[in-house]
Parts: sequence; C-alpha cells; structure tokens
Amino acid sequence: MSDAQEALAQAVREHAGRLAAALMSLLGDFSAAEDLVQDAVETALRRWPVEGVPERPDAWLFTVARRRGLDMLRREANYRAKLAQVIWPIMPEPDDRLRLIFTCCHPALPREAQVALTLRVVCGLTTPQIAAAFVVPEGTVAQRITRAKRKIADAGIPYRIPCGEDLPARVNEVLTVIYLLFNEGYLATAGERAHRRDLVDDAEWLAALLHGLMPDAPEVGGLLALIRLHRARTAARFDAAGHLVLLADQDRSLWDHDGIAAAIRLLTRTAQRHLSPGPYQMQAAIVACHAEAPRWQDTDWEQIVVLYDMLLLLAPSAVTRLHRAIAVRHAQGPRAGMAQLDRIGDALYRYALFHATRAEFLRELGRHDKAQEADRRALELTANPAQQALLEERLTWA
Amino acid sequence: MKYVLMFIETEQFEKDLAAMDADERDSAFEKVGRWLAEHQDKITQRGAKLQPAHTATTVRLDTGSEPLVTDGPFVEGKEVISGFLEVELADLDEAIAMVKSWPGCPVVEIRPVEG
Repeated sequence: MSDAQEALAQAVREHAGRLAAALMSLLGDFSAAEDLVQDAVETALRRWPVEGVPERPDAWLFTVARRRGLDMLRREANYRAKLAQVIWPIMPEPDDRLRLIFTCCHPALPREAQVALTLRVVCGLTTPQIAAAFVVPEGTVAQRITRAKRKIADAGIPYRIPCGEDLPARVNEVLTVIYLLFNEGYLATAGERAHRRDLVDDAEWLAALLHGLMPDAPEVGGLLALIRLHRARTAARFDAAGHLVLLADQDRSLWDHDGIAAAIRLLTRTAQRHLSPGPYQMQAAIVACHAEAPRWQDTDWEQIVVLYDMLLLLAPSAVTRLHRAIAVRHAQGPRAGMAQLDRIGDALYRYALFHATRAEFLRELGRHDKAQEADRRALELTANPAQQALLEERLTWA
Repeated sequence: MKYVLMFIETEQFEKDLAAMDADERDSAFEKVGRWLAEHQDKITQRGAKLQPAHTATTVRLDTGSEPLVTDGPFVEGKEVISGFLEVELADLDEAIAMVKSWPGCPVVEIRPVEG
C-alpha cells in the first residue's frame, strides 16, 4: 500500500467507528447507523484521494452521513427528526466503540460475520476491501453482513458492554476475532501485501483500541504485545524476491528492537498486575524469548519448552504441541522432537506445517526418502504461495 | 422481547435419566422446579413439557398429493425437542444468561417470537 493510501486508511479507521458509535446511540438502530457510515466511508474513499483528507475528517464524515440519512430515511420521520437536530460532535461522551465491538463480536453471530462486521463497523473497511483481504467474492461478504445485521435486530442482540460474569468470555470472543485477522494478514506474502489491505494493521489497531478501552483486561494486553512482537520482525521476514525467510535465517539487525523492547515492557506490566497469565500472554512470552535472543543459536529453547508446557495447560491444541515439538528438537535433538511429532500425526494429518516440520526432522536424522515424501505432502496442503515456494525449493535441492 | 426456549433432549441424557435412582431423579426434578420458580417473573403462561418422542406424529403437506402421516418427530435424530417455554426478556444476552443456569436437558435453542 502507498503512503497516501495508508494515510487514507488511517483516517477512515480513526473516525468511522466513532461515527458508527455516535449514530448508533442517536438512532438506536444498528443496521441504519451502519448503512450511513458505510455510505460516508465510500464517499470519502472516492473524494479524499482527489481532494485530500479534510482538516476535520470526523466532521466531514458526519456531514455526509447526516445528509445521506436525512435523504434515505425520509419515511422514518423519527430518525430524520433526530438527525436534523444534531451537530457534530454529537456529545463528548466516553468512547462508545467498546459497545460497538462487543455487538459485532457477539457469540450468537457466526465467526465470519463477526470478522466482517468488526472490519466494516469498527475499522471502516468497505465490503470490497474485506472481500479482497479474505479472497472471497464481494457478494459473500455482503450477504454475511446483511444476515448478521438482520440477526442483531431480530434476535435482540444488545448494544452494550456485557455484564460482570459474562465479560471474560465475551472479551475472549473479541480477542479471537482480532487474532484471526492478525493471522490472516501475517501469513499473507509480500506479493499479496502489495495490492491487498494489510489486515495486520487492522488487527494491531483493534488490539490497541481495545487495550485503551479495557486497560485492566490482561489478555488484551497479552494479545497486543503478541502482535507487536511479531510485527517487529516484519522487515526480516521476506527477502528481496518476496520469499519467506525462516526465523533461523533472518537478519536480526533488521528487527525493530525498540518495538520489541516496548512490547516486552507492555507484557511485563500486564503480567505484574495479574497473577495467572492467559494463553495470549503465554504466546507473547514465547515470541519474546525469540525476540530477545541476539542470534538464533542464543535462543533459550529450554525456557521455550517450559512456556509451551504452560500454554498447553491453558489451551490444549495439537498445533501448539507441534510448536512445542520444534522447541524440543532444538533443546534435545531431532530424535526427541520426532518422538513428540509421532504423537500428533493423526490430529495434524491435514496440516502442511506438520509435514514440513516432519520432513526437516527426518532429514536431520538422515532419512531422506521419507523426508521428501513428507515435503511432498506438505506442498499438497499449503495454499500460501510463499510457504509453497519454500517447500518447492527444498524439494529441488534436497 | 419475547423468546421461546426450546428444550432438547439427547439419547445420552435419556439414558442418564433412566439410570438414576428415585432420590437422584427427585433431586434433578427439584432443581428444575427451583429454576422455574426463580425465573417465574420472566416466564409467560405459554409453555409445556412434551410427551416423549415416541408419541410424536408428523404430517407432511408438501408431498404433492395426499398429506403424508408418519410416526415419529419431523427430524429423525438423536436430539428431540422435549418442551418449550415462552419468556419475556430485554434482549438475547438475558436469554443466554437465563439458559446457562438451566439444570435439565443438555441443549436449549433460543428463538425470538415474531411480532
């Protein structure tokens, strides 16, 4: 994305969600508020690149939304009267976007709809942008959003921050959505990034917003630190040809060391305030271990294995056990790593990274035929061109 | 808003219930009774515990010719609706919170009532 596009995206992101929250309190109708914001955002994306970002983007967006609202809602006298009376800013109230986030990520909505709604309503993405980011047809995204808005209205999904005992589970639901966005963006290749919106930006921005609004929720701090630690390595993750560079081969001088230090401070602050860390904090701690090692061979693998053990207690998963197996391989050798892999083969039979890892261990154990077989299986399973290229290279040179 | 809570029994639940002795069954029913009493103010008069699935009769009207009358519930499966309640609540979150403490059958579907 160019700098101008980036600035535009930034301006929209900063203001679209606020406008949605404001219109939502004004109209009390999620769907109507969302339509108006989307319309204002589309207008901005057409006009700002030509006219420049206005001095007060929030007021500009509001004016467009208001004019459109008065026009569109002609029959809805009630809304029109409300819109006609107000001036921007509607009221200097505390940031209302938290309610917006919880509504978009309500567990009664399917995951894809949560993701699409959050991007559209909170981050101000348009339907075509969301479709491009996930490589799905626009109609599919539009339908997900329409259905979700209808369900919000018809099923009585509330527009509010969940109460006490429900809150932790609901925060987790939001974190899952943000983490999914992050993964989708992080695994995109350099080539894809050039003409695709970087969802990593949106994920970090959302996590930071949520952290600002809920500074006491430990896992929110954990996820924000995790995203920032990963991002700090961006410059070293792809080579000039756009190929993925493995952690072991990355030029660590390209890492953003200030960014790493800041993320680790955030993680430490979060940990100090709460006794039992959650899964996102554990993952961030693991990434921090890597980020703190000056060279690959300085990595504290023993510590990483311990952190994976703790993570598995909190959130058992076969994929986490795969990563643990890799750590075990580095701490204790390929034979020990292989023993761990054998125990998760059934669960991860359809997972490319499992076979790629297995190929690596087999090669280290001198079993080249088996290794090639595993490489081939991994190649069949991966859709990401950079990962595929890496595996293809290995097949050729093995 | 009005919602209907549909209570759904599973084969496993039926087996567990059958395996209980009299005391255990009494205590299970008592829990359900207590839950109903606790939420009395939210429950409208409409609702019922249904007779078991083997008493169900289904009539299909979309056969193109004569309506087809068959024995059993409309979906032949391991999960069957065993009762329903209509409740009056502010929003879906209240319905979810209420259902979370339901001490009876293991699945509950929440549906808003039209109108």
